[in-house]
Amino acid sequence: MSPVIKRKRDKFSIPSKYLLLILTCICVALMAVTFFTDYSASPLNKLVGYVVVPFQNGVSRVGTWISVRMDELGELRIVLQENQELKQQIDELTVQNTQLQQDKYELNYLRELYKLDEQYSGYEKVGARIIARDSGNWFHAFTINKGTDDGLAIDMNVIAGGGLVGRIVDIGPNWAKVDAVINDNANVSGMVLASSDNLVVQGSLQLMEDGVIGFGQLNDSQNRVEVGDKVVTSNISDKYLPSILIGYISEIDQDANNITKSGKITPAVDFEHLEEVLVILKTKQQIKD
Amino acid sequence: MKRNIILFLVILCGFVLQTTLFQALNFGGISPNILIIITVSYGFMRGKKYGMIVGFICGLLMDIFYGDVLGFYALVYLYIGAANGVFHSIFYQDDIKLPLVLILASDFAYSFTCYVLLYLLRRRFDLIFYFKNIIIPEIVYTVFVTVFIYPCILLLNRSADDVERGDNKVV
Repeated sequence: MSPVIKRKRDKFSIPSKYLLLILTCICVALMAVTFFTDYSASPLNKLVGYVVVPFQNGVSRVGTWISVRMDELGELRIVLQENQELKQQIDELTVQNTQLQQDKYELNYLRELYKLDEQYSGYEKVGARIIARDSGNWFHAFTINKGTDDGLAIDMNVIAGGGLVGRIVDIGPNWAKVDAVINDNANVSGMVLASSDNLVVQGSLQLMEDGVIGFGQLNDSQNRVEVGDKVVTSNISDKYLPSILIGYISEIDQDANNITKSGKITPAVDFEHLEEVLVILKTKQQIKD
Repeated sequence: MKRNIILFLVILCGFVLQTTLFQALNFGGISPNILIIITVSYGFMRGKKYGMIVGFICGLLMDIFYGDVLGFYALVYLYIGAANGVFHSIFYQDDIKLPLVLILASDFAYSFTCYVLLYLLRRRFDLIFYFKNIIIPEIVYTVFVTVFIYPCILLLNRSADDVERGDNKVV
């Protein structure tokens, strides 16, 4: 066993207890600053943007490349088998396709009728790739590879696969942090599409295990809300644009107070396998103007 | 100087790997805590002061990217680094038991602090659930990863030492 090497300290060394005190004070000061002001650490954000994000970008790109190659190798055999099956399916599908084409006309007509169309496709969107995830296990935030340089800003809504993912809460020149709606501390004001009843969608780490999000404070005195109803973002939310799909109600329970209801929602987005997202380049505040 | 550059690169690598590679290698949504391994290792390898500074930087990185309040994780990691610095006097390079035990204890302390301050205070009382699903898996995974990462940190630390001593001789 080699002996412990002790170096002589430099001339201007501070005793460790004072260092601890100083650093603690810095932390407390930082916390106070973030609590009581809207200062969002933008110089720090910029700095780490240039130091850390390029690495994350690189690693995640390499990782994606490797996992894609691995998948390719593994799937080759399955693909050959599938190919035959698929050829058979093509025949079936051509028949179905014509049927669906007809349905599509009908859908378009209905969309116009409901004025649902404008809500999604009317917004200008930009695609972004997820390059890193929250380093802890308690919350589900992730970093995307676009930031203020690409015209993004805090509070912009993020969607994927037609459903709401979350919103941007922190931003740097080439990165942005997205807080997911399934986060334990996330509360989104939502609305049942069928009956226009408002509710609050509450993320929960416990429910996440089952792949659902909770909701509460649903005021449904006439019992019109049913399992399977669509839940979208409401008009009264000040952060989220209206009528973005959140998910479908999978369970409803009467609260103990007999006035409100709570339950569970199956999200429209597969949060486990999220890789690319769309950022809506409009915030709610802009639209109001 | 060289040692500080190596230290900085270790932290950077740890953070980048933790947010990318180890998020992809998660088991049931749980990924190991590399930053705590780095903080704890430097804490007892180099003493209190280094532990504090490493912890502070690691925590600050987490705060900037994923924290709600700037300074929260920095404070938690700062104290973990400082606490591990106490064990500097009983540290032997060939012994892997001490690092494992310290990392286990530190990760537990970290997770528990996070639970109390970030969850319990928001009326999330189901302690057993969080223990079973977050805290214990994270500790097990982290300790497992330590077995592979700790020797690397040790090696880097030792080579930095050699370089440092070599420099001194020349001067």
